[in-house]
Amino acid sequence: MAARRWSTRTLLRGLWLPVTLLVAWQGAAVLGWLNPQVLPSPWQVLQRWWVYALPADPYDPSQSRLTWLLSGELVHDAWGSLGRVLAGFAIGAVLALPLGLLMGASQRVYEWFNPLLQVLRPIPPIAWIPLSILWFGLGNPPAIFLIALGAFFPVLMNTIAGVRNVDSIYIRAALNLGANQRVLFTRVMLPAAMPYILAGARIGMGTAFIVVIVSEMIAVNNGLGFRILEAREYFWSDKIIAGMLSIGLLGLAIDMVMAALNHHLLRWHRGQENDA
Amino acid sequence: MSAAQIHIAGVHKVFGQGAQQVVALQGIDLSIAPGQFVCLLGPSGCGKSTLLNAVAGFAPPTSGRISVAGQPVQGAGPDRGMVFQEYALFPWMTVEDNIGFGLKIRHTPVAERNVTVDRLLQMLGLSEFRLRYPKDLSGGMRQRVAIARILALDSPILLMDEPFGALDALTRRSLQDELLQIQAQWQKTVLFVTHSIDEAIYLADRVVVLTYRPGTIKLDLPIALPRPRDSSSAGFNELKRELGAVVMQEQQRHQQAEQRGLAID
Repeated sequence: MAARRWSTRTLLRGLWLPVTLLVAWQGAAVLGWLNPQVLPSPWQVLQRWWVYALPADPYDPSQSRLTWLLSGELVHDAWGSLGRVLAGFAIGAVLALPLGLLMGASQRVYEWFNPLLQVLRPIPPIAWIPLSILWFGLGNPPAIFLIALGAFFPVLMNTIAGVRNVDSIYIRAALNLGANQRVLFTRVMLPAAMPYILAGARIGMGTAFIVVIVSEMIAVNNGLGFRILEAREYFWSDKIIAGMLSIGLLGLAIDMVMAALNHHLLRWHRGQENDA
Repeated sequence: MSAAQIHIAGVHKVFGQGAQQVVALQGIDLSIAPGQFVCLLGPSGCGKSTLLNAVAGFAPPTSGRISVAGQPVQGAGPDRGMVFQEYALFPWMTVEDNIGFGLKIRHTPVAERNVTVDRLLQMLGLSEFRLRYPKDLSGGMRQRVAIARILALDSPILLMDEPFGALDALTRRSLQDELLQIQAQWQKTVLFVTHSIDEAIYLADRVVVLTYRPGTIKLDLPIALPRPRDSSSAGFNELKRELGAVVMQEQQRHQQAEQRGLAID
Protein backbone atom coordinates (compact mmCIF):
# COMPACT_ATOMS: atom_id res chain seq x y z
CA MET A 1 0.00 0.00 0.00
CA ALA A 2 1.20 3.51 -0.72
CA ALA A 3 2.16 5.08 2.56
CA ARG A 4 1.07 8.56 1.51
CA ARG A 5 -2.12 9.39 -0.28
CA TRP A 6 -2.80 12.47 -2.34
CA SER A 7 -5.07 14.72 -0.39
CA THR A 8 -6.13 18.28 -1.18
CA ARG A 9 -3.77 19.49 1.48
CA THR A 10 -0.65 17.83 0.06
CA LEU A 11 -1.70 19.05 -3.39
CA LEU A 12 -1.97 22.65 -2.16
CA ARG A 13 1.32 22.35 -0.33
CA GLY A 14 3.01 21.17 -3.52
CA LEU A 15 1.40 23.79 -5.75
CA TRP A 16 1.99 27.04 -3.92
CA LEU A 17 5.66 27.42 -4.90
CA PRO A 18 5.24 26.83 -8.68
CA VAL A 19 2.13 29.03 -8.76
CA THR A 20 3.88 31.86 -6.89
CA LEU A 21 6.85 31.67 -9.24
CA LEU A 22 4.59 31.72 -12.31
CA VAL A 23 2.68 34.73 -11.03
CA ALA A 24 5.92 36.55 -10.21
CA TRP A 25 7.33 35.71 -13.63
CA GLN A 26 4.19 36.82 -15.45
CA GLY A 27 4.08 39.99 -13.33
CA ALA A 28 7.69 40.82 -14.13
CA ALA A 29 6.96 40.35 -17.83
CA VAL A 30 3.83 42.54 -17.73
CA LEU A 31 5.77 45.27 -15.94
CA GLY A 32 8.30 45.17 -18.75
CA TRP A 33 11.20 44.07 -16.54
CA LEU A 34 12.02 41.16 -18.83
CA ASN A 35 13.35 41.24 -22.35
CA PRO A 36 10.93 38.84 -24.15
CA GLN A 37 13.77 37.73 -26.40
CA VAL A 38 15.67 36.46 -23.37
CA LEU A 39 12.81 35.31 -21.15
CA PRO A 40 9.29 35.41 -22.58
CA SER A 41 6.29 35.49 -20.24
CA PRO A 42 4.61 32.23 -19.18
CA TRP A 43 1.53 33.24 -21.10
CA GLN A 44 3.57 33.70 -24.28
CA VAL A 45 5.17 30.28 -23.75
CA LEU A 46 1.76 28.73 -23.27
CA GLN A 47 0.43 30.30 -26.49
CA ARG A 48 3.45 29.12 -28.40
CA TRP A 49 3.07 25.64 -26.90
CA TRP A 50 -0.54 25.58 -28.07
CA VAL A 51 0.50 26.47 -31.63
CA TYR A 52 3.30 23.89 -31.47
CA ALA A 53 0.83 21.20 -30.41
CA LEU A 54 -1.97 22.16 -32.85
CA PRO A 55 -2.31 20.55 -36.28
CA ALA A 56 -0.46 22.55 -38.90
CA ASP A 57 -3.04 22.17 -41.68
CA PRO A 58 -6.80 22.81 -41.59
CA TYR A 59 -9.04 19.78 -41.10
CA ASP A 60 -9.45 17.72 -44.25
CA PRO A 61 -12.71 15.68 -44.12
CA SER A 62 -11.14 12.81 -46.12
CA GLN A 63 -8.95 11.80 -43.14
CA SER A 64 -10.01 10.77 -39.65
CA ARG A 65 -10.32 13.41 -36.98
CA LEU A 66 -7.82 11.61 -34.74
CA THR A 67 -5.13 11.57 -37.44
CA TRP A 68 -5.72 15.28 -37.92
CA LEU A 69 -5.56 16.00 -34.19
CA LEU A 70 -2.28 14.15 -33.92
CA SER A 71 -0.72 15.79 -36.97
CA GLY A 72 0.82 18.70 -35.03
CA GLU A 73 4.53 19.28 -34.90
CA LEU A 74 4.76 18.54 -31.15
CA VAL A 75 3.15 15.13 -31.56
CA HIS A 76 5.53 14.24 -34.37
CA ASP A 77 8.53 15.36 -32.37
CA ALA A 78 7.47 13.57 -29.18
CA TRP A 79 6.69 10.43 -31.16
CA GLY A 80 10.06 10.57 -32.91
CA SER A 81 11.98 10.97 -29.64
CA LEU A 82 9.99 8.24 -27.92
CA GLY A 83 10.55 5.81 -30.79
CA ARG A 84 14.30 6.40 -30.68
CA VAL A 85 14.43 5.98 -26.91
CA LEU A 86 12.50 2.72 -27.04
CA ALA A 87 14.50 1.29 -29.96
CA GLY A 88 17.85 2.25 -28.43
CA PHE A 89 16.87 1.11 -24.96
CA ALA A 90 15.60 -2.23 -26.29
CA ILE A 91 18.86 -2.90 -28.14
CA GLY A 92 21.01 -1.88 -25.18
CA ALA A 93 19.00 -3.87 -22.65
CA VAL A 94 18.73 -6.98 -24.83
CA LEU A 95 22.52 -7.04 -25.18
CA ALA A 96 23.22 -6.19 -21.55
CA LEU A 97 20.85 -8.68 -19.93
CA PRO A 98 22.34 -12.00 -21.12
CA LEU A 99 25.90 -10.70 -20.78
CA GLY A 100 25.14 -9.50 -17.25
CA LEU A 101 23.57 -12.83 -16.31
CA LEU A 102 26.61 -14.72 -17.58
CA MET A 103 29.08 -12.33 -15.94
CA GLY A 104 27.22 -12.51 -12.68
CA ALA A 105 26.97 -16.30 -12.69
CA SER A 106 30.45 -17.19 -13.92
CA GLN A 107 33.66 -15.78 -12.48
CA ARG A 108 35.50 -16.80 -15.64
CA VAL A 109 33.17 -14.92 -17.99
CA TYR A 110 33.42 -11.96 -15.63
CA GLU A 111 37.21 -12.00 -15.86
CA TRP A 112 37.08 -12.16 -19.67
CA PHE A 113 34.87 -9.14 -20.10
CA ASN A 114 35.41 -6.98 -17.06
CA PRO A 115 38.68 -5.16 -17.98
CA LEU A 116 37.33 -4.11 -21.38
CA LEU A 117 34.01 -2.98 -19.93
CA GLN A 118 35.66 -1.04 -17.13
CA VAL A 119 37.66 0.92 -19.71
CA LEU A 120 34.64 1.61 -21.92
CA ARG A 121 32.14 2.37 -19.17
CA PRO A 122 33.49 5.76 -18.04
CA ILE A 123 33.38 7.12 -21.63
CA PRO A 124 30.15 9.16 -21.70
CA PRO A 125 27.86 8.24 -24.62
CA ILE A 126 28.21 11.82 -25.80
CA ALA A 127 31.93 11.28 -26.40
CA TRP A 128 30.95 8.62 -28.92
CA ILE A 129 29.14 11.15 -31.13
CA PRO A 130 31.96 11.85 -33.61
CA LEU A 131 32.74 8.16 -34.06
CA SER A 132 29.10 7.20 -34.34
CA ILE A 133 28.57 9.72 -37.14
CA LEU A 134 31.64 8.40 -38.95
CA TRP A 135 30.34 4.87 -38.57
CA PHE A 136 26.64 5.34 -39.17
CA GLY A 137 26.31 8.66 -40.99
CA LEU A 138 23.44 10.92 -40.01
CA GLY A 139 19.84 10.11 -39.11
CA ASN A 140 18.46 7.51 -36.77
CA PRO A 141 21.25 4.89 -36.78
CA PRO A 142 23.86 6.95 -34.89
CA ALA A 143 21.19 8.25 -32.50
CA ILE A 144 19.96 4.77 -31.70
CA PHE A 145 23.54 3.56 -31.32
CA LEU A 146 24.24 6.27 -28.75
CA ILE A 147 21.01 5.61 -26.84
CA ALA A 148 21.71 1.86 -26.77
CA LEU A 149 25.15 2.62 -25.39
CA GLY A 150 23.65 4.82 -22.70
CA ALA A 151 21.15 2.15 -21.66
CA PHE A 152 23.63 -0.73 -21.90
CA PHE A 153 25.89 -0.08 -18.92
CA PRO A 154 23.32 0.58 -16.18
CA VAL A 155 21.41 -2.56 -17.12
CA LEU A 156 24.64 -4.58 -17.34
CA MET A 157 26.11 -3.46 -14.01
CA ASN A 158 22.87 -4.01 -12.14
CA THR A 159 22.28 -7.42 -13.69
CA ILE A 160 25.75 -8.55 -12.60
CA ALA A 161 25.14 -7.27 -9.07
CA GLY A 162 21.67 -8.83 -9.03
CA VAL A 163 22.89 -12.30 -9.97
CA ARG A 164 25.77 -12.09 -7.48
CA ASN A 165 23.37 -11.21 -4.70
CA VAL A 166 20.98 -14.11 -5.25
CA ASP A 167 20.64 -15.78 -1.87
CA SER A 168 22.33 -19.19 -2.11
CA ILE A 169 19.46 -20.77 -0.20
CA TYR A 170 17.19 -20.39 -3.27
CA ILE A 171 19.77 -22.21 -5.32
CA ARG A 172 20.04 -25.02 -2.78
CA ALA A 173 16.26 -25.28 -2.56
CA ALA A 174 15.93 -25.44 -6.35
CA LEU A 175 18.65 -28.08 -6.68
CA ASN A 176 16.94 -30.06 -3.95
CA LEU A 177 13.69 -29.92 -5.92
CA GLY A 178 15.46 -31.32 -8.96
CA ALA A 179 16.36 -28.21 -10.97
CA ASN A 180 19.01 -28.53 -13.67
CA GLN A 181 21.32 -25.67 -14.70
CA ARG A 182 18.90 -24.23 -17.24
CA VAL A 183 15.97 -24.21 -14.83
CA LEU A 184 18.20 -22.74 -12.16
CA PHE A 185 19.15 -19.92 -14.48
CA THR A 186 15.78 -19.04 -15.97
CA ARG A 187 13.44 -19.76 -13.08
CA VAL A 188 15.54 -18.99 -10.03
CA MET A 189 18.49 -16.70 -10.71
CA LEU A 190 16.71 -14.47 -13.22
CA PRO A 191 13.62 -13.75 -11.10
CA ALA A 192 15.68 -13.48 -7.91
CA ALA A 193 17.87 -10.86 -9.61
CA MET A 194 14.86 -9.02 -11.02
CA PRO A 195 14.70 -6.20 -8.44
CA TYR A 196 18.27 -5.21 -9.33
CA ILE A 197 17.71 -5.66 -13.05
CA LEU A 198 14.63 -3.45 -13.06
CA ALA A 199 16.38 -0.78 -11.01
CA GLY A 200 19.11 -0.86 -13.67
CA ALA A 201 16.50 -0.62 -16.43
CA ARG A 202 15.01 2.45 -14.83
CA ILE A 203 18.40 4.16 -14.60
CA GLY A 204 19.18 3.01 -18.15
CA MET A 205 15.93 4.49 -19.41
CA GLY A 206 16.85 7.80 -17.76
CA THR A 207 20.25 7.79 -19.48
CA ALA A 208 18.62 6.86 -22.79
CA PHE A 209 16.35 9.86 -22.49
CA ILE A 210 19.26 12.24 -21.87
CA VAL A 211 21.15 10.80 -24.83
CA VAL A 212 18.19 11.00 -27.22
CA ILE A 213 17.91 14.77 -26.72
CA VAL A 214 21.64 15.28 -27.27
CA SER A 215 21.77 13.02 -30.30
CA GLU A 216 18.81 14.80 -31.89
CA MET A 217 20.67 18.06 -31.57
CA ILE A 218 23.43 16.63 -33.72
CA ALA A 219 22.40 13.86 -36.02
CA VAL A 220 18.65 14.02 -36.68
CA ASN A 221 16.26 16.62 -38.04
CA ASN A 222 13.17 15.98 -35.98
CA GLY A 223 12.42 15.17 -32.36
CA LEU A 224 12.17 17.35 -29.28
CA GLY A 225 15.93 17.84 -29.00
CA PHE A 226 16.19 18.95 -32.62
CA ARG A 227 13.24 21.31 -32.20
CA ILE A 228 14.64 23.36 -29.34
CA LEU A 229 17.96 23.77 -31.14
CA GLU A 230 16.11 24.84 -34.28
CA ALA A 231 14.08 27.35 -32.25
CA ARG A 232 17.28 28.88 -30.95
CA GLU A 233 18.39 29.65 -34.51
CA TYR A 234 15.27 31.79 -34.94
CA PHE A 235 15.52 33.32 -31.45
CA TRP A 236 12.18 31.72 -30.53
CA SER A 237 12.84 31.59 -26.83
CA ASP A 238 9.15 30.86 -26.15
CA LYS A 239 9.33 27.76 -28.31
CA ILE A 240 12.59 26.68 -26.65
CA ILE A 241 10.88 26.77 -23.28
CA ALA A 242 7.77 25.04 -24.62
CA GLY A 243 10.03 22.33 -26.07
CA MET A 244 11.92 21.96 -22.77
CA LEU A 245 8.69 21.53 -20.86
CA SER A 246 7.56 18.93 -23.39
CA ILE A 247 10.84 17.07 -22.88
CA GLY A 248 10.29 17.16 -19.13
CA LEU A 249 6.74 15.84 -19.39
CA LEU A 250 7.73 13.04 -21.77
CA GLY A 251 10.57 12.06 -19.43
CA LEU A 252 8.19 12.06 -16.48
CA ALA A 253 5.70 9.91 -18.40
CA ILE A 254 8.40 7.39 -19.32
CA ASP A 255 9.59 7.18 -15.73
CA MET A 256 6.06 6.73 -14.45
CA VAL A 257 5.50 3.86 -16.88
CA MET A 258 8.78 2.29 -15.73
CA ALA A 259 7.76 2.69 -12.10
CA ALA A 260 4.36 1.11 -12.76
CA LEU A 261 6.04 -1.76 -14.59
CA ASN A 262 8.43 -2.25 -11.65
CA HIS A 263 5.55 -2.21 -9.26
CA HIS A 264 3.69 -4.85 -11.23
CA LEU A 265 6.66 -7.16 -11.88
CA LEU A 266 7.89 -6.92 -8.30
CA ARG A 267 4.52 -7.31 -6.60
CA TRP A 268 6.00 -10.29 -4.77
CA HIS A 269 8.86 -8.23 -3.41
CA ARG A 270 9.12 -7.64 0.29
CA GLY A 271 10.23 -3.99 0.08
CA GLN A 272 7.26 -3.16 -2.11
CA GLU A 273 4.96 -1.91 0.65
CA ASN A 274 7.26 0.99 1.41
CA ASP A 275 7.70 2.11 -2.18
CA ALA A 276 5.89 5.05 -3.64
CA MET B 1 13.95 -54.43 9.92
CA SER B 2 14.62 -54.07 6.21
CA ALA B 3 17.77 -52.60 4.64
CA ALA B 4 18.76 -49.12 5.77
CA GLN B 5 17.20 -46.22 3.90
CA ILE B 6 20.07 -43.91 4.78
CA HIS B 7 23.47 -45.39 5.43
CA ILE B 8 26.31 -43.22 6.73
CA ALA B 9 29.71 -44.87 7.15
CA GLY B 10 32.94 -43.35 8.47
CA VAL B 11 32.03 -39.80 7.53
CA HIS B 12 34.60 -37.06 8.23
CA LYS B 13 34.16 -33.42 7.39
CA VAL B 14 36.96 -30.88 7.73
CA PHE B 15 36.61 -27.15 7.12
CA GLY B 16 39.55 -24.84 6.46
CA GLN B 17 43.26 -25.58 6.40
CA GLY B 18 46.30 -25.47 8.67
CA ALA B 19 45.79 -23.66 11.96
CA GLN B 20 42.28 -22.61 10.91
CA GLN B 21 41.25 -26.22 10.42
CA VAL B 22 38.05 -27.32 12.11
CA VAL B 23 37.00 -30.95 12.26
CA ALA B 24 33.22 -30.72 12.05
CA LEU B 25 32.47 -34.43 11.82
CA GLN B 26 34.62 -37.37 12.80
CA GLY B 27 33.90 -41.02 12.12
CA ILE B 28 30.12 -40.82 11.93
CA ASP B 29 28.38 -44.16 11.41
CA LEU B 30 24.61 -44.14 11.27
CA SER B 31 21.99 -46.35 9.67
CA ILE B 32 18.41 -45.23 9.43
CA ALA B 33 15.63 -47.67 8.59
CA PRO B 34 12.75 -46.76 6.24
CA GLY B 35 9.96 -44.92 8.03
CA GLN B 36 12.11 -44.06 11.02
CA PHE B 37 12.01 -40.59 12.56
CA VAL B 38 15.51 -39.62 13.71
CA CYS B 39 16.40 -36.40 15.50
CA LEU B 40 19.96 -35.09 15.47
CA LEU B 41 20.43 -33.19 18.70
CA GLY B 42 23.30 -31.06 19.96
CA PRO B 43 24.50 -27.52 20.69
CA SER B 44 25.26 -25.20 17.80
CA GLY B 45 28.58 -25.99 16.18
CA CYS B 46 28.29 -29.73 16.75
CA GLY B 47 28.06 -30.47 13.04
CA LYS B 48 24.45 -31.64 12.91
CA SER B 49 23.58 -29.32 10.03
CA THR B 50 26.83 -30.29 8.31
CA LEU B 51 25.75 -33.91 8.46
CA LEU B 52 22.31 -33.06 7.12
CA ASN B 53 23.81 -31.05 4.27
CA ALA B 54 26.06 -33.97 3.41
CA VAL B 55 23.06 -36.32 3.23
CA ALA B 56 21.20 -33.73 1.14
CA GLY B 57 24.16 -33.64 -1.24
CA PHE B 58 24.86 -29.92 -0.87
CA ALA B 59 28.34 -30.38 0.57
CA PRO B 60 30.01 -33.80 0.24
CA PRO B 61 31.97 -35.13 3.24
CA THR B 62 35.77 -34.96 3.22
CA SER B 63 35.84 -38.73 3.50
CA GLY B 64 33.46 -41.58 4.19
CA ARG B 65 30.39 -42.86 2.40
CA ILE B 66 26.76 -41.86 2.41
CA SER B 67 24.23 -43.92 0.52
CA VAL B 68 20.50 -43.59 0.19
CA ALA B 69 18.40 -46.60 -0.80
CA GLY B 70 21.63 -48.40 -1.64
CA GLN B 71 22.88 -45.67 -4.01
CA PRO B 72 25.81 -43.41 -3.10
CA VAL B 73 24.76 -39.76 -2.75
CA GLN B 74 25.95 -37.63 -5.65
CA GLY B 75 24.62 -34.09 -5.44
CA ALA B 76 21.24 -32.82 -4.35
CA GLY B 77 18.05 -34.45 -5.53
CA PRO B 78 14.32 -34.64 -4.96
CA ASP B 79 14.54 -38.11 -3.41
CA ARG B 80 15.73 -36.29 -0.27
CA GLY B 81 13.41 -33.33 0.24
CA MET B 82 14.91 -30.59 2.38
CA VAL B 83 13.01 -28.20 4.65
CA PHE B 84 15.07 -25.21 5.76
CA GLN B 85 14.72 -23.12 8.89
CA GLU B 86 14.59 -20.02 6.66
CA TYR B 87 11.74 -21.60 4.62
CA ALA B 88 13.59 -20.84 1.33
CA LEU B 89 10.33 -20.37 -0.53
CA PHE B 90 10.69 -18.62 -3.87
CA PRO B 91 9.31 -15.17 -3.07
CA TRP B 92 8.42 -14.42 -6.70
CA MET B 93 6.06 -17.40 -6.89
CA THR B 94 2.62 -17.69 -5.38
CA VAL B 95 1.92 -20.41 -2.82
CA GLU B 96 0.52 -22.78 -5.44
CA ASP B 97 3.42 -22.16 -7.82
CA ASN B 98 5.89 -22.84 -5.03
CA ILE B 99 4.21 -26.13 -4.25
CA GLY B 100 3.96 -27.11 -7.91
CA PHE B 101 7.52 -26.04 -8.83
CA GLY B 102 9.15 -29.45 -8.42
CA LEU B 103 6.45 -31.15 -10.49
CA LYS B 104 6.58 -28.45 -13.13
CA ILE B 105 10.31 -28.78 -13.77
CA ARG B 106 9.81 -32.54 -13.87
CA HIS B 107 7.27 -31.94 -16.70
CA THR B 108 4.38 -33.55 -14.84
CA PRO B 109 1.17 -32.96 -16.88
CA VAL B 110 -0.72 -29.86 -15.72
CA ALA B 111 -3.88 -31.77 -14.75
CA GLU B 112 -1.99 -34.20 -12.56
CA ARG B 113 0.02 -31.35 -11.05
CA ASN B 114 -3.12 -29.45 -10.17
CA VAL B 115 -4.60 -32.47 -8.43
CA THR B 116 -1.52 -32.90 -6.27
CA VAL B 117 -1.28 -29.19 -5.46
CA ASP B 118 -4.98 -28.99 -4.57
CA ARG B 119 -4.73 -31.98 -2.28
CA LEU B 120 -1.70 -30.58 -0.46
CA LEU B 121 -3.24 -27.13 -0.14
CA GLN B 122 -6.25 -28.70 1.48
CA MET B 123 -4.30 -31.04 3.71
CA LEU B 124 -2.15 -28.24 5.13
CA GLY B 125 -4.98 -25.71 5.39
CA LEU B 126 -3.52 -23.45 2.72
CA SER B 127 -6.38 -23.36 0.20
CA GLU B 128 -7.29 -19.76 0.97
CA PHE B 129 -3.72 -18.64 0.48
CA ARG B 130 -2.99 -20.32 -2.83
CA LEU B 131 -2.62 -17.08 -4.78
CA ARG B 132 -0.71 -15.21 -2.09
CA TYR B 133 3.00 -14.49 -2.20
CA PRO B 134 5.24 -15.75 0.63
CA LYS B 135 5.79 -12.21 1.96
CA ASP B 136 2.09 -12.11 2.91
CA LEU B 137 2.22 -15.30 4.99
CA SER B 138 3.10 -15.91 8.64
CA GLY B 139 6.13 -18.02 9.52
CA GLY B 140 3.99 -21.07 10.26
CA MET B 141 2.17 -20.77 6.94
CA ARG B 142 5.45 -20.38 5.08
CA GLN B 143 6.83 -23.52 6.65
CA ARG B 144 3.63 -25.39 5.70
CA VAL B 145 4.18 -24.33 2.09
CA ALA B 146 7.81 -25.50 2.29
CA ILE B 147 6.66 -28.89 3.58
CA ALA B 148 3.95 -29.13 0.91
CA ARG B 149 6.54 -28.30 -1.75
CA ILE B 150 8.56 -31.35 -0.68
CA LEU B 151 5.54 -33.63 -0.26
CA ALA B 152 4.44 -32.80 -3.83
CA LEU B 153 7.50 -34.67 -5.06
CA ASP B 154 6.66 -37.67 -2.90
CA SER B 155 10.25 -37.94 -1.64
CA PRO B 156 10.65 -40.99 0.59
CA ILE B 157 13.04 -39.00 2.81
CA LEU B 158 12.49 -35.67 4.54
CA LEU B 159 15.54 -33.75 5.70
CA MET B 160 14.65 -30.99 8.12
CA ASP B 161 17.11 -28.38 9.36
CA GLU B 162 15.60 -26.83 12.51
CA PRO B 163 12.41 -26.24 10.52
CA PHE B 164 10.38 -24.92 13.45
CA GLY B 165 13.20 -23.02 15.15
CA ALA B 166 11.92 -19.59 14.16
CA LEU B 167 8.28 -20.19 15.12
CA ASP B 168 6.41 -19.31 18.29
CA ALA B 169 5.68 -22.14 20.73
CA LEU B 170 2.02 -22.71 19.77
CA THR B 171 2.60 -22.69 16.02
CA ARG B 172 5.57 -24.94 16.59
CA ARG B 173 3.49 -27.51 18.45
CA SER B 174 0.74 -27.62 15.83
CA LEU B 175 3.28 -28.01 13.03
CA GLN B 176 5.01 -30.78 14.97
CA ASP B 177 1.67 -32.59 15.22
CA GLU B 178 0.97 -32.13 11.53
CA LEU B 179 4.43 -33.42 10.68
CA LEU B 180 3.89 -36.53 12.82
CA GLN B 181 0.58 -37.18 11.08
CA ILE B 182 2.16 -36.81 7.66
CA GLN B 183 5.04 -39.04 8.62
CA ALA B 184 2.77 -41.76 9.92
CA GLN B 185 0.40 -41.54 6.98
CA TRP B 186 3.00 -41.39 4.19
CA GLN B 187 5.67 -43.57 5.82
CA LYS B 188 8.42 -40.98 5.39
CA THR B 189 11.93 -41.46 6.69
CA VAL B 190 12.79 -38.27 8.57
CA LEU B 191 16.16 -36.88 9.57
CA PHE B 192 15.43 -33.86 11.72
CA VAL B 193 17.99 -31.43 13.15
CA THR B 194 17.12 -29.59 16.34
CA HIS B 195 18.73 -28.15 19.43
CA SER B 196 15.51 -28.47 21.43
CA ILE B 197 15.50 -31.49 23.74
CA ASP B 198 11.73 -31.23 24.06
CA GLU B 199 11.19 -31.26 20.34
CA ALA B 200 13.47 -34.26 19.88
CA ILE B 201 11.66 -36.35 22.50
CA TYR B 202 8.24 -35.27 21.24
CA LEU B 203 8.94 -36.23 17.63
CA ALA B 204 11.59 -38.91 17.34
CA ASP B 205 11.69 -42.68 17.27
CA ARG B 206 15.38 -42.25 17.95
CA VAL B 207 17.50 -39.36 19.19
CA VAL B 208 21.14 -39.10 18.15
CA VAL B 209 23.22 -36.68 20.24
CA LEU B 210 26.38 -35.27 18.65
CA THR B 211 29.42 -34.01 20.53
CA TYR B 212 30.79 -30.52 20.13
CA ARG B 213 33.76 -30.35 17.78
CA PRO B 214 34.84 -32.76 16.54
CA GLY B 215 31.29 -33.97 15.97
CA THR B 216 30.99 -37.62 16.92
CA ILE B 217 27.99 -39.64 18.03
CA LYS B 218 27.76 -39.33 21.81
CA LEU B 219 24.50 -41.12 22.35
CA ASP B 220 22.02 -43.01 20.19
CA LEU B 221 18.82 -43.36 22.17
CA PRO B 222 15.56 -45.01 21.05
CA ILE B 223 12.46 -43.23 22.33
CA ALA B 224 9.86 -45.85 23.17
CA LEU B 225 7.18 -43.54 24.61
CA PRO B 226 3.72 -44.29 23.21
CA ARG B 227 2.20 -41.80 20.78
CA PRO B 228 0.61 -39.33 20.94
CA ARG B 229 3.18 -38.17 23.46
CA ASP B 230 2.42 -36.05 26.46
CA SER B 231 5.25 -33.64 27.21
CA SER B 232 4.15 -33.41 30.86
CA SER B 233 4.19 -37.16 31.55
CA ALA B 234 6.68 -38.72 33.94
CA GLY B 235 8.35 -40.82 31.23
CA PHE B 236 8.81 -37.75 29.04
CA ASN B 237 10.42 -35.80 31.85
CA GLU B 238 12.72 -38.60 32.83
CA LEU B 239 14.05 -38.74 29.25
CA LYS B 240 14.33 -34.97 29.28
CA ARG B 241 16.53 -35.07 32.38
CA GLU B 242 18.68 -37.82 30.93
CA LEU B 243 19.16 -36.16 27.54
CA GLY B 244 19.48 -32.73 29.13
CA ALA B 245 22.48 -33.80 31.17
CA VAL B 246 24.20 -35.26 28.10
CA VAL B 247 23.51 -32.23 25.89
CA MET B 248 24.57 -29.77 28.59
CA GLN B 249 28.04 -31.34 28.78
CA GLU B 250 28.49 -30.55 25.11
CA GLN B 251 26.97 -27.10 25.52
CA GLN B 252 29.59 -26.36 28.19
CA ARG B 253 32.40 -27.43 25.87
CA HIS B 254 30.88 -25.13 23.27
CA GLN B 255 30.86 -22.22 25.74
CA GLN B 256 34.44 -22.85 26.83
CA ALA B 257 35.54 -22.87 23.21
CA GLU B 258 33.68 -19.65 22.63
CA GLN B 259 35.42 -18.02 25.57
CA ARG B 260 38.76 -19.10 24.14
CA GLY B 261 37.67 -17.44 20.91
CA LEU B 262 37.63 -20.65 18.96
CA ALA B 263 33.99 -20.85 18.08
CA ILE B 264 33.37 -20.44 14.39
CA ASP B 265 29.97 -21.45 13.19
